[in-house]
This record gives sequence, C-alpha cells and structure tokens, in this order.
Amino acid sequence: MLFTSYCFIGFLIVLFLLYYKIPGKYQWGLLLIASYLFYAVAGAQFLIYIGVTTFSTWYAGLRIEKVKQQYTGYRKLHKAEMTKEEKKSHKQEEKKKQRIWLLLCLFFNFGILAVVKYTNFAISNINYFLNLAGRGPLNFLSLALPMGISFYTFQSMGYLIDVYRGTCEPERNLGKFALFVSFFPQLIQGPISRFADLSKTLWIPHAFDKKQVIFGIERILWGFFKKLVIADRIVAGVNTIIRDPDQYQGVYVLVGMLFYACELYADFTGGIDITIGVAQVLGIKIKENFELPYFSKSIKEYWRRWHITMGTWFTDYIFYPISVSMPMLRLSKCSRAKFGEAVGKRVPVYCATILVWFTTGIWHGASWNFIVWGLMNCLVIMVSQEMEPFYRWFHSKFSVKDRWLFRAFQVGRTILLMSALRMFDCYRDVPLTFRMFGNMLTGRNYSVLFQGGLMNIGLTAADYMVLSIGVVTMLVVSLVQRRGSVREALYAKSPAVQLGVVYLLLFSVLIFGAYGIGYDASQFIYNQF
Amino acid sequence: MIRSIRKKRTVILAGCAILVFVGSFWFFTKLLMPKYMDEVIDGALIAEYYQEETEHDVIFIGDCEVYENISPITLWEEYGMTSYIRGSAQQLIWQSYYLLEEMLAIEKPKVVVFNVLSMQYNEPQKEAYNRMTLDGMKWSLSKWDSIQASMLPEESMVEYLFPLLRFHSRFSELNMEDIQYLFHKDKISHNGYYMRTGVKPVTTEPTKRRLPDYRFGEKAYEYLDRITTLCEENGVTLILMKAPSIYPVWHEEWDQQIVDYAEEHHLLYLNFLELFEETGIDLTTDTYDAGLHLNVFGAEKLASYLGKILSEIPGVADHREEEKLRQIWEEKIEFYYQKKEEQMAIGK
Repeated sequence: MLFTSYCFIGFLIVLFLLYYKIPGKYQWGLLLIASYLFYAVAGAQFLIYIGVTTFSTWYAGLRIEKVKQQYTGYRKLHKAEMTKEEKKSHKQEEKKKQRIWLLLCLFFNFGILAVVKYTNFAISNINYFLNLAGRGPLNFLSLALPMGISFYTFQSMGYLIDVYRGTCEPERNLGKFALFVSFFPQLIQGPISRFADLSKTLWIPHAFDKKQVIFGIERILWGFFKKLVIADRIVAGVNTIIRDPDQYQGVYVLVGMLFYACELYADFTGGIDITIGVAQVLGIKIKENFELPYFSKSIKEYWRRWHITMGTWFTDYIFYPISVSMPMLRLSKCSRAKFGEAVGKRVPVYCATILVWFTTGIWHGASWNFIVWGLMNCLVIMVSQEMEPFYRWFHSKFSVKDRWLFRAFQVGRTILLMSALRMFDCYRDVPLTFRMFGNMLTGRNYSVLFQGGLMNIGLTAADYMVLSIGVVTMLVVSLVQRRGSVREALYAKSPAVQLGVVYLLLFSVLIFGAYGIGYDASQFIYNQF
Repeated sequence: MIRSIRKKRTVILAGCAILVFVGSFWFFTKLLMPKYMDEVIDGALIAEYYQEETEHDVIFIGDCEVYENISPITLWEEYGMTSYIRGSAQQLIWQSYYLLEEMLAIEKPKVVVFNVLSMQYNEPQKEAYNRMTLDGMKWSLSKWDSIQASMLPEESMVEYLFPLLRFHSRFSELNMEDIQYLFHKDKISHNGYYMRTGVKPVTTEPTKRRLPDYRFGEKAYEYLDRITTLCEENGVTLILMKAPSIYPVWHEEWDQQIVDYAEEHHLLYLNFLELFEETGIDLTTDTYDAGLHLNVFGAEKLASYLGKILSEIPGVADHREEEKLRQIWEEKIEFYYQKKEEQMAIGK
C-alpha cells in the first residue's frame, strides 16, 4: 500500500475515526491489527517473515532477561558467601549466557535478511568467477523481498542489543512488541526507532488532541507536496537521463545528478514527513530523521543530519562495539607500536569506519553500486578528517569562517559532493558510474542547455514551472525552519490564515501532484532498501 | 455563556472550512475537466440527454455508428416519431446496457435500436473512451455499475467519484475553451446525433484480416442477453442493427452470430451493409470520412428508411399534431438546419 495511494488515504481515515472512537486501552491493539493489515496488503506471505522476526526477538529478549534475573538473584542470595573474584566470574558467566541468546537471535534474523536480500547478489558474484573459470552459471533464486525487512530487522536487533546491554527492559507483552516492530507508518522506510523512545508513546492511550492532529495533517500534506509535486515530477527527467547514458552525456549528466539529488531529498524527506505526520495524528511521537541536511557544511555534518536514525544505529551498534572490541584494541596497540601514536590511534577508528560504511552501503542495496557508494562516502570523510590540520591552518590565516559567502561555498560544496556520490544510485553499474562522472567533467556540450536541451528529457515547460515553484517553496520553508517550527508559527495565526495555508498546500498537491493516469506511480526510493 | 459562544464559533468555522473546501474542489473540478466543446465533441453527447424535456418513442444505443449515422430530426419530420440517440465514441456494450437501464428508469420508449458493432469487444479498451461515456452520466446505480464493468486496471473508482483526481494534470493544457464553458455548455447534438456535412468518398474497399477467433466474447453475449431481457421486462421492442459503415470491418462470421441470435430471440436484425440499394446510401457522396461514418445526407437517408420500419411498430405514433411536442421539435429543427447551413458554409 503506497503512502500516496487512494487506498492508503482511505485506510488512514477509517483508522483515525476508529482510533479516537474506541477506549484508549484498546488503541494499541487496533494499531497492531492495522499494521498487520497494512503489511498483508504487500503480500500475506510476508507476514511470516515479520512474524518470525518479532517472535524470535521477543523470546530472545525475555531469555536474556531471565538469565539476568537468575544470576542477579543468585548473587543477591549468596552475596555474603561470594568473593569478589567469584562475583566477577559469575557476572562473566551471566554475560556469556546472555550473549549466546543475543548472537543466536542476531545470526538468525540477519541470516534471514542476508538470504532474502543478498543471495542473488552473492550468486551473481560467484557466477562472475565461474564465468572466468569457464564454468556454467548458478541459477538465481526467486526470492521475494519482504517489505521493509531492512528497517524492521535493524529496529528489532537494536532492541535486542539494548536489552542485552541493560539499557532497556524487555517487553513482556508479545502483542505490544509486535506493534513496536510493525508500526505501519515507519515500517517501510523508517525512521529506525529505538525501543526506549517509541515505547513511551506507542502503547499508552491517546485522547484526541486538536493541535497534534492539525500538526500531523499539515506534516502529511507537506510530505505529499514534496513527494508528489517535486519528486514524482522530476523523476521523469532523471530516468530519461540515466536510462540512456549513450545519448545523455556531459552537461546532461550534471543535470541528472542535480535532479536526482533533488528527487531523493524530496522523496525521502517527504516520505518521512508522511510517516511522522501519520504517527502524530495518532498521538504517537516518532524521532526526526532529517535536520536540514542540505545546509550542512561538510560531509560529516551531512551524515549527522541525513537519515539520522540509521546513522546513529550504525554508530551505536556497529562503530562503537567494533572500535572497543578486543581484536581492534590489539590492532591499535600493535599499530601504535609500529607506526607511532598519531597513526596508530587512527587505525582502529578508520577500520571501524570502513566497516560501518561498507555495511551502510550494502544495507542500501545488494549491489556493488551501493557498496562503492558507501566506501566513497567513507573515503571523503577520511580525507576531510586528514585535511583537518590544513583547514585549521587556512582559518588561522584567513578569517572567512563566519562570512556568509564562505558558508554558502561550504554548503554548495557539500551538496555537489553528495550529489556526485549519489550517482552510484543511478547508473546501472560501477564502471558506468565512473565513466559518466568523467564524462560530466570533460563533456563540453553546455550549449545544449541554451538550445532547448532541457526540453528533451521528458519534462515540459509546465513541469519546470511547477518544479521551480516547488523547490523554491521547499527552500523557503527550510530557511524558516532554521529559526523555529513553521507549524507553531502558523498555529499562532488566525484560523482563516491557517486554513488558507492548509488549503493552498492541499490544492497544490491535488492539482500539481504527479499522480494518477499518465504518471508512473513511483514507489518511495527508500522503500526498496 | 462564553462556552456556548465558543462552541458556536467553532461550528461556524468548521462549516465555513467545509464550505470553502467543497466550493474550491467543485470549482477546480469544473475548471479542469475536459469540456469537449471545440474539439473531440463526442465526449459531450452523453450528458446532453438530461436536457430533454419529453419522452421518446425510439431510443438508439451504441457507438459512433449510431450517433453519426441516424438523424432523429428526419424521423420527426417524415414520421413524427420522437427519438434520441444515446451513444458515444467506442461505447462498449455494457455501457450501452447501463445507459439503457438508466433511461428506462426515466422514460418508457416503445423501441430500442441497438447497433451491434460493439459486440466485438469483450474487454474495456481505452480510458479516454470510457471517460467520454461515463463522465457524462448522472450519478446512479447504473453509472456505478457501468464504471465497475468498464474500468481498466490503471483506472480507479475514486477518480470517477472525484474527477479532479483524474484531470488535475490538465492544468498545463487549460485554454479559453475551459474558461468559456466553465459553467455552461453549448448544445452540440441533435437529439444525440452528431452532424457532419462534409463529403469524403470511399475510394478503397476494406481488406479483411483473418481473425484467429470470430466468436464474440462471453461478456459481450452476457450484456446482449441483459439488453434483451431488460427490453422484454419493460415491454420495449428491441431491434438490432449494423450501420452501413464499411470501416471497421464487419466480418460475415460476426454477422452470422447476430443473425442466429436474432432468430433465437425473435428479434429484428437490420444489417444496413446489405441494404445500400434500399436505403439509397451512396458511399461516394454520403460519408464524410471515406466510409467510417455517414454525413448528414447519408444519416437522413438512413433515418428515412429506418423510420418506415419503426413507424410500423405498435405504439410508435405520429406526434406532429401534438402542440407541445410540435413546438419543442420546431426549435430542434431550426437549430438543425441552422447548424447544417453553417457547417456546409465552412465545408466541415
């Protein structure tokens, strides 16, 4: 069920009416039914996958808790008789048993993810080598990818690691836990919520709160605006360029790159706006996933502001554990001894960083494009880190840091860099992407832009007009957002003004949205991850 | 007191908000829906029926082979019978059925003439044609059923309920026609007949391509049965006809199936492709598009011949002496000849 489908809107209206009609204590039950219904529309067979992940994680969480209770209970009982060493070894034994449950569950669930998402990728790589060896290829498996599997697996595993670390209590009610895993607005493209955050608002009764509902609806409309008016309109231009790299070269590649950056931003942030708005209408608070990423002055900052929940997930559950793991500490010690303090302390950090970006890349999709995209991000971040001394020297010599022009340069540079890296999303393989990148820099066909070239990429003058207004609106709203909440400011205005703005947004979506017959109903880009 | 004022204020505000929304939605729908006035006027035919003030003796249903080939004005002038053509471009048989169902709830004609060309289609064909037929219908259960039967996979009932969702993308095509016909539309047909006065003679005979299967589809037969039953139940005489259009090709194998069906159900079937001599239709002078459709001269000839047959059916009376009807039809005749003259002057 696409967020932008009539079916979803109808589903939401019915759910909304029922949700505030039934007693608060049953609301979470209704949400669970709605979430499973939502999921079943994508394919009833996929319920098995999400059901298995839910049950196994829930059960493992309880087992980890049980081990903890057993061991702490024992220690409490025998506190007086146990020596310090005995307590220590007892705790280690407890951790070991908990770790068994944790690892079993992690392997099982990441195993499912790996099998359904990466088997054919692995086969295609094996086939490459078989081909070199003159052997026949292996057959690909026809495995359907369950909707949102990357998101709900990561969210569930995050919960389990938190239970293992003792940072959150395990949920005893299977139904409530199932809702945490399957809560429909965030099921297909995130954000990847933390149990401690979401559980605060997910299960408690919610009374109808006019302000929250209005804010939620406004957020949904804004999401629809970004998705339907901008992303789904510009996608025609992007697809025309990237699907025919022989025809569209040089400046067209640059246009495609910038258009895709715009599409991706409008698509993903629009989807998240709808997600957060839907939850808000239901009285549930979901963490923000973006913080105006295109205003970032560096790639590092960009990644702190883009897909925040994924970034923090990788940092908390991969980067830090790897950085402080025994092999990494040993590597650090060894490299310090061999290469000196300055280089030695970087080695484990960079190793963990490379691993994180490799995982980030492959999480986005089972292809070398995404892996290389992840590693290229990593490279840019590491290079900019290595250039820190130079930056410091530069700023000590030239006091431009606080000049708006320099800040604009930094923002522009970040946008261009990120857009260039995103080219890996677009072209069919890595060599082609590099070729097109080179072609973009060396192509000298800039004159086509002044000879109506932009009219040859599947977009009409009307499309450009709508896109220009849409992008400028998005930019203005983003600039206002830097000073504070747009919706709060609007809420302080008279009802007539509020209504006027909401209707303007609504009719802009209804009239200028690229939906219905004549347009390709585009899946949200991040739904595919 | 203050609470009551606040409540009142909220109710008024909510009322205004709903009113503004409904008003804006209605306005944009009106603005963006195709008007079918200057070009492709076929799309405006179905809706014109609702302007009719009196009932009709004869109703024609079908596709362009009825609304471009028969002149109801001639039927009135020569036989005094009142008739109306309920047809639109590539109108499918189930659409004809539901239009008939809708009409029989409004009036009780004596005869229904159904043109059988649409029997060749067993599935919906094109969204644009669906829209031309269905958007013109007033909302009723018949319209709902007709939409359900006609929708292509990419279509959605919601877009029929709220046409703005379908036609929103016309914002970039808006022109003077959309403004001019925003709140009113000109009358463009003559009781459902779309007049053309031009002449483009037939120069080549159609070549018949062999078909893998000549049998009409199950759905087509189902709706033909339903038309037959509906007419029987309402005491209406049903006549089947095939217009004298030589394009698209009407295969003998198809014709035989209609002959058999008519025999089995005791229906009169008139295949005008075999009656050129009797009707006097000359395809070198009586067609405006080389044999696909008749021009007004051909349509008058066909009406003249058909009128003779229809006038013999019990209940089909000559109303020319009825004052009220005479007055109404005089206006129609005046409009007809005025348009005919205008078209002939510009050679359309």
